[in-house]
Amino acid sequence: MMTPMVELKGLRKVFGRLEVLRGIDMSVDKGQILSLIGPSGSGKSTLLRSVNLLETPTGGEVWLDGTRVNADLKGLAYERHVNGLRREMQMVFQQFNLFPHLTVMQNLTIGPMKLLGLSKAEAEARGEELLCKVGLAEKALAYPARLSGGQKQRVAIARALAMRPKVMLFDEVTSALDPELVDEVNAVMKDLAAEHITMLIVTHEMRFAAEVTDWAVFMDEGMVVEEGPPDRLFSDPEHPRTRSFLRKHLGA
Amino acid sequence: MNLDFSVVPPFAGALAIGALWTILITALAGAISLIVGIGLALARIYAPGWIRALLAVPVFIILGTPLLLQLFLVYYGLSQLGLRLPAFFTGVVGLGLHYAVYNADILRAAILSVEQGQYEAGRALGFGRGATLRHFVLPQALYRALPQIGNNILVLLKDSVLVSAIGIMELVLSAQLAISRTFRPFEFYISVAAIFYLINLALEWALARITRRTEAMR
Repeated sequence: MMTPMVELKGLRKVFGRLEVLRGIDMSVDKGQILSLIGPSGSGKSTLLRSVNLLETPTGGEVWLDGTRVNADLKGLAYERHVNGLRREMQMVFQQFNLFPHLTVMQNLTIGPMKLLGLSKAEAEARGEELLCKVGLAEKALAYPARLSGGQKQRVAIARALAMRPKVMLFDEVTSALDPELVDEVNAVMKDLAAEHITMLIVTHEMRFAAEVTDWAVFMDEGMVVEEGPPDRLFSDPEHPRTRSFLRKHLGA
Repeated sequence: MNLDFSVVPPFAGALAIGALWTILITALAGAISLIVGIGLALARIYAPGWIRALLAVPVFIILGTPLLLQLFLVYYGLSQLGLRLPAFFTGVVGLGLHYAVYNADILRAAILSVEQGQYEAGRALGFGRGATLRHFVLPQALYRALPQIGNNILVLLKDSVLVSAIGIMELVLSAQLAISRTFRPFEFYISVAAIFYLINLALEWALARITRRTEAMR
């Protein structure tokens, strides 16, 4: 049997008295493109942020390609372990979070240079290739403040790809964008999907999820309610909660 | 009233040396105020409670008493107790630490004003805590704090005359020496004021240049 690329076992997360994740089991194969859908507050963003430990799980296990991410280590050893694994799973944020004091190219090269030990020339070659891929080669020397939201998000995707991760984590990456800018970001993600990079996508866009992903997971109140291939899940949901959620979101 | 500025040129060399000392003291104390200020700001945000409590004592003393008194206390006071520090060292470090406390306040607010998302982006890339601060949070905080830090350095330049009180031959003390020979206070003090103004202009110009360079990032 193939080792899953990402595996969650009994993942729990508690904020104070609020139980945001109540025992999630999930497995994502290499090359699989998975969408996480559900109402706001269902825990899907927390789940994604638990995979790269931006949120520390309260309980359960997170595995990446056969390595335990939230390993049983303490202090500095744990820090090093997590820093190393995070390099292999890159996240794209709703608010882009580009580094405003660095040019577009520097945003793309700082990780590979400082963390992967690439030379400046190697990192810039990689950066140029990725900027071409997201259609922003001419913006290499611009600062993020000069870009539109859609352009910023495409740079953020390129910055993540520059680390050559095993997994890409997308956290509602089009939610902060003006509607007319959503398509350009979706187009980039479709290209990535065609390359079969393993992707976990938290999204509110059901049509995009149906079109691009090959597995959809519906979450509500911190639990996985239902999952399956998106065409099946969207056209013939079994659970009443999935049905009522989809009625609201597919109707729009 | 008879003003005669021809008394000044014979002392131009002494005044120039005094001006160089003033610039040197300002540069060194400014660097100390920035570096220690960053350290203090970081400590106040991230250090454990007992370190913060320990640091609050010198900060309280520095904020609550006049700089001149602090210089006297360290230079003359400690020498009475047998610890004789060099005047230049005392002056530069005293000035630097004094302004470090003011810079720390500004930098602390600037560091806290950098969005949490910037920190998360650094961590998510795979950078450790310290590297994330160094590469992403601190540079942005410094750019944001720059106008106010710059103001502090301009005030520091003017306050650097206080070290004349512990015998450092900076610009004002050089002028006083010239006055004691010529009995022409007005001409020399006007000249010194003009020199201060010029140094001030140069500093402001440099700060404006740096600020302009950071504007592309906004």
